Amino acid sequence: MQLIPCPWCGPREEAEFHYGGQAHVAYPEDPSALTDEEWARYVFFRENPSGPFAERWSHNAGCRRWFNAVRDTRTHDLLAVYRVGEPMPEVTA
Amino acid sequence: MNLRTPTGGAVDRNTVLHFTFNGTEYTGHPGDTLASALLAHGVHEIGSSVKLGRPRGIVAAGSEDPTSLVQVEAPFSEPMLLATTVELYDGLVARGLAGQGRLSAEPDPARYDAKHEHCDVLVVGAGPAGLVAALTAARAGARVVLVDEQNQAGGALLGVDEYLDDRPSAEWVADVVAELRSTPGVLVLERTTAFGMYQDGFVLALQKRTDHLGFAAPASAARQRVWRIRTRQTVLATGAHERPVVFADNDRPGIMLASSARTFLHRYGVLPGSRAVVFTTNDSAYCAAIDLAESGVDVALVVDARPEAPARLATECAARGIEVRAGQVVTGTDGPGRITAAHVGDERIACDALLVSGGWNPVVSLFSQARGKLRYDAELGAFVPGEELSSVRVAGSATGELDLTACARQGRDAGAGAARAAGFTAGGQVPLPASDSRCTARSGLVLWRVPGSDDTSFVDLQRDSTVADVLRATGAGLRSLEHIKRYTTIGTAHDQGKTSGMIAAGIVAEALGVELAEQRPTTFRPPYTSVSFAALAGRDRGELHDPVRVTSIHPWHVEHGALFEDVGQWKRPWYYPRPGEDLHTAVLRECKATREGVGMMDGSTLGKIDVQGRDAGAFLDMLYTNMMSTLKVGRIRYGVMCGVDGMVIDDGTVIRVGEQRYLVTTTTGNAAKVLDWMEEWLQTEWPHLDVHCTSVTEHWATIPLVGPRSRDVLAAVAPDLDVSNEAFEFMTWRDTEVAGVPARVCRISFSGELAYEINVTAWHGITVWEALMAAGERYGITPYGTETMHVLRAEKGYPIIGQETDATVTPQDLGMSWAVSKKKRDFIGKRSFARAENNRTDRKQLVGLLPADPSVLLPEGSQIVETDRLPEPPVRMLGHVTSSYPSAALGRTFALALVRSGHERIGETLYVPVDDSLVPVTVTESVLYDKEGARRDG
Repeated sequence: MQLIPCPWCGPREEAEFHYGGQAHVAYPEDPSALTDEEWARYVFFRENPSGPFAERWSHNAGCRRWFNAVRDTRTHDLLAVYRVGEPMPEVTA
Repeated sequence: MNLRTPTGGAVDRNTVLHFTFNGTEYTGHPGDTLASALLAHGVHEIGSSVKLGRPRGIVAAGSEDPTSLVQVEAPFSEPMLLATTVELYDGLVARGLAGQGRLSAEPDPARYDAKHEHCDVLVVGAGPAGLVAALTAARAGARVVLVDEQNQAGGALLGVDEYLDDRPSAEWVADVVAELRSTPGVLVLERTTAFGMYQDGFVLALQKRTDHLGFAAPASAARQRVWRIRTRQTVLATGAHERPVVFADNDRPGIMLASSARTFLHRYGVLPGSRAVVFTTNDSAYCAAIDLAESGVDVALVVDARPEAPARLATECAARGIEVRAGQVVTGTDGPGRITAAHVGDERIACDALLVSGGWNPVVSLFSQARGKLRYDAELGAFVPGEELSSVRVAGSATGELDLTACARQGRDAGAGAARAAGFTAGGQVPLPASDSRCTARSGLVLWRVPGSDDTSFVDLQRDSTVADVLRATGAGLRSLEHIKRYTTIGTAHDQGKTSGMIAAGIVAEALGVELAEQRPTTFRPPYTSVSFAALAGRDRGELHDPVRVTSIHPWHVEHGALFEDVGQWKRPWYYPRPGEDLHTAVLRECKATREGVGMMDGSTLGKIDVQGRDAGAFLDMLYTNMMSTLKVGRIRYGVMCGVDGMVIDDGTVIRVGEQRYLVTTTTGNAAKVLDWMEEWLQTEWPHLDVHCTSVTEHWATIPLVGPRSRDVLAAVAPDLDVSNEAFEFMTWRDTEVAGVPARVCRISFSGELAYEINVTAWHGITVWEALMAAGERYGITPYGTETMHVLRAEKGYPIIGQETDATVTPQDLGMSWAVSKKKRDFIGKRSFARAENNRTDRKQLVGLLPADPSVLLPEGSQIVETDRLPEPPVRMLGHVTSSYPSAALGRTFALALVRSGHERIGETLYVPVDDSLVPVTVTESVLYDKEGARRDG
């Protein structure tokens, strides 16, 4: 049972959290201006890197806040957590 | 036969325990295991093997034993326990197994629980290394937890009669344990096996708290407890297991690991037989030979596979009349069941016990679970920890170190290092004990097997897997140990290959002609030893398994004979059978009464979310496909919610309570998901919006009052409310008093009938419910449950999200284009409606189905095909039945279905396979009752 450091509550067990997929995928400003392919990329396509990956988490059995985390997909180590709206911090895997 | 020594061992000879094994009564003593008590009576044969039915005995003295599987029958039946780990108690009844046990058909009456523990340093294993590690960390001031699977501390010291610092080792152990126990913040747990090691210092351990008490176990105490330990630093002092050597007919009862025989002698005062042969590749088995000879066993021969026997030990053997033959091996055995002779050279040496040592395997399971890499130690012939981990240290024979003082030094270093890493530096130096042991185990020869009959050379005694099986696997081209493990099943039994895995790896490497250092060992996985599901479940079973949610009106439903349906965690009334009624007759009655008079249901489980803020309207405009910001205060709108992919995720009504306040309802099962969905958008995409969402599901009791006479009933209990159609229109709400209680009444309908939804605080739910029942009595008011609700809505073609839909269905597929705004610039899902995929004409669409035979009820989930005869497979499936009911209003059965190009197929005949026949059905619009909506206003 991994510990996830919620930026609001501190380290808590992963069972309290809900995964929200890749971070920094903004809802398009004007979806109607997008081609089908551009829209499909927003809806269906996500990165799947081997290594550091910025993703969204929700502490939904705790403070119920969404936040972002950089996780190394090879080790599951959380390299950084940061609040929504903040830029992705520099990390070293 | 009595093989109990006159003195010695940690058993209480003054107390006699009676037990029954395989139908025979025996005696033993407190301190015995089932295995030691049986050996004391000369009983070696426990059960038989799983595939071949060959007799199986006792190979080891602890949890690494591959063969002594028993079913304990009393006090409670429990399968697949090891005789070597079942502590003896008075009245124990057990029986040997033929490889497989039998789960009890009776519910287990025992309690199981779980406990959380946090510490700075966790030490696993209370042998010399673990004890010194724990004491060092404790003296430094760390919070220490020490767990050990045995019923007393000491580890390997329990199985020897050695002295530490010129006094019996038990005294040294007792002193260390006493200091640990008296140190604040230190927890010592016996009978506690750390069975799983996970990320971030999370370790699961199983404590057997009352198993050893048998019938005397108090019912009030949890029998077993799962400790959920979160530690900063861990010291693994998990020891080493002796491994055998494989040779022909090596599976007979009476063939035992040499160190285990020594343990049975010193810990339990039991001899393995009266005449023994010892077969070894290293020095350690000499101690077993010498100790047993001194205890009266006729040790016929020590067979040492090494070219030369160790001079000093050979001299000691000679002094006790034990012959030593170096450079020889055991090539086979004789016996009807239990061994009667060992084959050495051309000779058959008569014996009733053959004690084998093939070296030592460090116990690296937890280290490997913690993702530590292993390294092959060629001198030891075993995998050892191959790297340092930041928060896991290994000490003692788990590292491959087999000298006691060196093990203790590793323990001291690991304990100090762990404490320092956890932030503790102070502490007195723990002195290292010195042993008088004559036998060191290193300096051995690595020997996996003696060539012989491959078919009877057993690698995994529990799985009946032989050398021939391993060679078949390598012969078939398998090279990876993981693949060979699965092909041969070696290492997959209860013991997870504790004694067999390394040997299998060695034989594979020999067969492939590769170095073991190049082989990747199989991955160790939890649990280290067997853990019952009952222990894992703990208290989370029965009514504590999952919370049960009931509405404030629930007691009335129980009192009036409702049967309940589980909807998520909610208990909802399903239907209210009268005497003699089954589901169908009760539902037909409830439907008829509601459509012709008045019915009432408990709708309190409906999800309710209070949405407030300056931007609440704009926010809901983005979430729903239709426009909510234009809704006037006092009015209600039905809304559909989609994901960004344009698929329906929920529906419900939206009530405009005030200029900046809405009350949103969701389906019962989706209440939490919809709230999460709202929060996700508000927090991650639109944090600038001034909107706050709160779940108010349980604040309200909600009672739909349904049917042509509902107006009369409401009028009788709401004297202040003008219930006329003109004053109180469809899709509006009013605040008033119902039965003297402040209430919000909504004119909405999920049945097509004139209907009111009465909302009051949950506190008053049952009062208002009873008042409505009383007021409706003269109209034959009928309470109805979810089944009738489903039928009434299906007759009107109203979909239930999650029943008619499955995340691939759009509002257009449901025939709900009317609920999709064309005016809004954007909303979630809108862009996807323009995708080519969403505009295919052959999408599955919601339609009604009328079976040609009006009495045929189509099973929900049935497939729909085009022709009246099934063509050769693959058969093209057009869709499936989503809902199907008999209908009182229609006087026949009907169904809803998702059908490819369904909207174009109205009027067509399609076919539904039911049992062995194809049932013809006519495709209709999804609305089957009151298409013109004439009943809505009463």
